[in-house]
Amino acid sequence: MLKRSLAAVALLGAGAAWWLTAPTPLSHATETALVTAPADHIQGEQVFWAAGCASCHVAPDAEEGDAPLLAGGQAFASDFGTFYAPNISPSEQGIGGWTLLEFANAVQAGVSPDGAHYYPAFPYTAYAKATPADIAALYAFMQTLPLDATPSKAHDVGFPFNLRRSLGGWKLLFGAPTGPAVTADDPVLQRGAYLTEALAHCTECHTERNALGGLNSDRWLAGAPNPNGKGRIPNITPAGLDWSDIDLMAYFTTGLTPDYDSAGGHMASVVQNLARLSEEDRMAIVDYLKAIPAVADQPSDP
Amino acid sequence: MLKPAIAAALTFATAGFAVADTDHSKLPPEIQARHGLMANYAINLGVLGDMAKGKTDYNAELAALASANLAAFASTDQSLLWPEGSDAMTADGSRALPKIWEDRADFDAKSDDLATAATALAAVAGTDLAGLQSAMGGVGGACGACHKVYREPK
Repeated sequence: MLKRSLAAVALLGAGAAWWLTAPTPLSHATETALVTAPADHIQGEQVFWAAGCASCHVAPDAEEGDAPLLAGGQAFASDFGTFYAPNISPSEQGIGGWTLLEFANAVQAGVSPDGAHYYPAFPYTAYAKATPADIAALYAFMQTLPLDATPSKAHDVGFPFNLRRSLGGWKLLFGAPTGPAVTADDPVLQRGAYLTEALAHCTECHTERNALGGLNSDRWLAGAPNPNGKGRIPNITPAGLDWSDIDLMAYFTTGLTPDYDSAGGHMASVVQNLARLSEEDRMAIVDYLKAIPAVADQPSDP
Repeated sequence: MLKPAIAAALTFATAGFAVADTDHSKLPPEIQARHGLMANYAINLGVLGDMAKGKTDYNAELAALASANLAAFASTDQSLLWPEGSDAMTADGSRALPKIWEDRADFDAKSDDLATAATALAAVAGTDLAGLQSAMGGVGGACGACHKVYREPK
């Protein structure tokens, strides 16, 4: 009798876990807002560069020209395995056949058109904060980009991380990271927070993660180990970033640091993207970085 | 002979190019020369960049001088500076990734891109501040394009 009720509890538990980890699409209200938003290519292009799509999705070493070929193939090492950016060009091998809602569910809910979870190497927890109008515009712009027929490469991820269903649990725990609140009545700061957190996804690299890859909200933008192994991604809260507004603006425009070295690695791509934004948007990011709480380096940080 | 007006506009220690914890004089001469070349870029870019940012007043003569220097340095043939075996994995004191030698043609093309951008900057930097400002992005972009792929992160 006891055995049977235990089995029933276990079955219920497994059922609940299965139910809890099911990929959850966007809400009906969000989907309605998406399909009624205008397909504004011009706005979409700005969203595309602000969100840095090309940096990861062009072929390895390809240039990010005005109409980049989003063939995929770049490798991203992590503690959980190596992820390969997929083809997201508007071809059959990419996002060619996708509806706007399939696209939005991929970008903002991390759910593929066939209903599977995406790995959070794809920063959908950041993009989840983007407005429906921006996502609809991005979709419209990406349809205008050149086609590529390269098939996407499978990720190289070991057990248990290769069980995609387990990502449902990850999303429950870490799927909605929140940064510090910024003054609600300052539109420039609000814009800066939106660009930094939702589109440019700065937190993905500049905020440290726990053992399961969840962002540590208490150390928002305070630096993190480089997942490629070497070096450390810097603290960009006011405790670590003492560059003036003018120096930051010049860096976001030219990639040149205050001592006239240049950005390297992935940050060089980030700067190329930021350079395509309006001066107002770059300044909003600067204002946001100056306004967030200073988080000191931890004693163990080099 | 540097004119007094130019000399006065120069401030010392614009560019700090640190090679951390390495006795620079003990590095192979090619690596020292590479670092020296980069430091020359940085010093001249510092003069130009500080004007572009408005940290220092625009000085047409000095802008023309620094941009001509930069273009000259960027246009030198560098084939002797990058011998095999002088990469970050093999030699101490370098952040040059082995990838340079796997795709030397692309590396050289990116080096040529810097020469082109620096020459374009030199053509306008002495005209007015707006010209200088408009051409800085091209040079910075060329620096970043190479550092993105071929330099090890710190």
